[in-house]
Amino acid sequence: MKTFAMGGVHPNDNKISTEAAIEQFPVPSQVVVLMNQHLGAPATPIVAKGDKVKVGQLIGEAQAFMCANVHSPVSGTVSKIDICKDPFGLSKPAIYIDVEGDEWMETIDRTPDIKRECNLEPKQIVDKLKEMGIVGLGGATFPAHIKYSVPEGKKAEYLIINAVECEPYLTSDHRVMMEHAEEICIGISILRKALGVPNAYIGIENNKPEPIRVMREMAAKFEGIIVEPLKLKYPQGAEKQLINAITGRRVPSGKLPIDVGCVVSNVGTTFAVYEAIQKNKPLIENILTVTGKKLPSQHNYQVRIGISYNDIIKHSIGELPETTGKVISGGPMMGKAMCNLDGPTVKGASSVLVIDESEAVRAKESNCIRCGKCMHACPMGLEPYLFSALIKNGRYEEAGAHNILDCIECGCCFFSCPANKPLLDEVRLGKNKYRGILAARSKK
Amino acid sequence: MLAVIVLGALGIIFAVVLYFVAQKFKVIEDPLIDEIAEVLPGANCGGCGKAGCRALAEAFVKQGSMEGLKCPAGGDAVMQKVATLMGCTAEASEPQVAVVRCNACFTGERSKVHYDGLKDCSFANSLFMGENGCQFGCLGLGNCAAACQFDALVMDPVTGAPKIDEEKCTACSACVKACPRGIIELRNKGRKNRRVFVNCVNKEKGAVARKTCENACIGCGKCTKVCPKEAIKVENNLAYVDYNLCIACGKCVNECPTGALVAVNFTPVKPKPVEAPAAEAPKVEAPKVEVNIPQPEPVEVKKTNE
Repeated sequence: MKTFAMGGVHPNDNKISTEAAIEQFPVPSQVVVLMNQHLGAPATPIVAKGDKVKVGQLIGEAQAFMCANVHSPVSGTVSKIDICKDPFGLSKPAIYIDVEGDEWMETIDRTPDIKRECNLEPKQIVDKLKEMGIVGLGGATFPAHIKYSVPEGKKAEYLIINAVECEPYLTSDHRVMMEHAEEICIGISILRKALGVPNAYIGIENNKPEPIRVMREMAAKFEGIIVEPLKLKYPQGAEKQLINAITGRRVPSGKLPIDVGCVVSNVGTTFAVYEAIQKNKPLIENILTVTGKKLPSQHNYQVRIGISYNDIIKHSIGELPETTGKVISGGPMMGKAMCNLDGPTVKGASSVLVIDESEAVRAKESNCIRCGKCMHACPMGLEPYLFSALIKNGRYEEAGAHNILDCIECGCCFFSCPANKPLLDEVRLGKNKYRGILAARSKK
Repeated sequence: MLAVIVLGALGIIFAVVLYFVAQKFKVIEDPLIDEIAEVLPGANCGGCGKAGCRALAEAFVKQGSMEGLKCPAGGDAVMQKVATLMGCTAEASEPQVAVVRCNACFTGERSKVHYDGLKDCSFANSLFMGENGCQFGCLGLGNCAAACQFDALVMDPVTGAPKIDEEKCTACSACVKACPRGIIELRNKGRKNRRVFVNCVNKEKGAVARKTCENACIGCGKCTKVCPKEAIKVENNLAYVDYNLCIACGKCVNECPTGALVAVNFTPVKPKPVEAPAAEAPKVEAPKVEVNIPQPEPVEVKKTNE
């Protein structure tokens, strides 16, 4: 069974919400749609206070290159266009909408029938992805239309569908595969057509035997879709590691997957692609896992964007347990702890993970014993202990010379460190500083 | 015997070669550089923008004048000495001091979340708003204190916020550069060390700012109306006192509804009006600043909001 070559760790996978079927999350009385739903520049609001909007109506237009359209997730009246505190307490431009009924745009096909035929040309597919505001749902929220416009002189040979879900706890991809296998396969066929690649590979880790079985059965009915079970190892879901695991190719430092002929897409994104292309539904919903060891119940929801985390917690579990230490958006390895639960969800949100106090506190840091575990764990072949020493002394350029920007921030070094040194924090700081140095230099 | 002759001859040959090489590659250094480096403070704080004190001395000599070069840590006294060595006149400048423009407090109710990551302000700044809930304010992790070469800036163990010792501060601006949020500013020391400034950098709208911090500047503009010298400007919901125009009359401090405007080193209320610092200034009442630490020791005092 395949896996990536270098580094990696084995955290306990804690997939306790796999059995919870996807439920439709009810729409609250108000939603706040951030204009920063994606990687890149914020979208520009094109509605004004007092405007009536319908579900799926374009409200934020992408004007920069690295940007994606934002659509209204609800129907109602725009109450104000203002800043809003995101889950990390930072102010972002946003549109506030008071919900009235649930009136969808007429163009959106809401019937449960599966539409299999797609007659669009590759260029039309990419344009439609842009129009529908599709972004990568694997976490980075990279605008999809940019990913699927292969630059001139480069050729895509592999389409890789990331269904690895290597982060512990998260089960949204698991559930999507169980419930929407056919839609996913249609979405993959559309993407294959857009890229003009012969085969698409779905990478699934072998701790998900049921999705592997379901997807295999479904893929057999389609042309050119191959399900590739992978040996369990974190961070297999990282783009570069997944490419290495499936194709054996290695993305060189500072290059993109397309440079080695690969395009990687999350399985959740392919489902969104199906809905956008075949059903005209913009990206206004995503699958979100509500999980935690101490929670009374585990859930997988289909949630409209812009609903506050507090609303989600209140509806799903009522109150947070008293011993809650952290509420994390994303998985425990790469997710970020939230400090403002009034903040709204965005397109890339994949989970609300409630971590108990006993597991949330960092262990006491001690001195580096030079065991080299961080180096063995690093899937990018970097030397975290060295970065730690360099960054402590402000030697950012030297850290840059040791390829600090290749770090994918997977957290394997921190996870494996017996001295509990905050290696990832230091590397992130070093990356920020080094990027600042490079930016200052390019300005000159 | 032969050995002595051979080695002696070799020694003489090498000595001659070395002499000519030394003549050829001789570096002539102006002795003035050493003299100037001698009078500079020698802390290598980098406040002048050069790599260290000697680098500044070299820059002085290379340039031949003192224009644009200054040792902020040494101040006018050192610049005067350098001027005598260089044979030119030093421009007198207003002494400055670093000012932390934030009401930060990390204890009690002000502390909204707990952060246990890397103790570094720039890192925390890239992650979240800060423990006391303000995305503009102090993060309290002490990058400024670590940057200070003169022990002038320490983290207050009670409030968790940075505190500046005016006596020790040399205005080298190391802390200004270290702060990722640009809270610290160099301001003129002012007459009798009296200064009036806005102790906040929150650029949010009034209601939001007030919700975050009860002492935040809400940009109401009341202070601009009472200022006799038009020294206060409100931009992006934030008032700013221009220290070049301010006459430290303290009128604005009483007007501020949130206590964001503070006056430091003012004597407590006396029956006699304080003499106006500038000639054209009208008679000014001493601002009613509550002082909780006994004078005459100059200490930074915040006007507390009732």
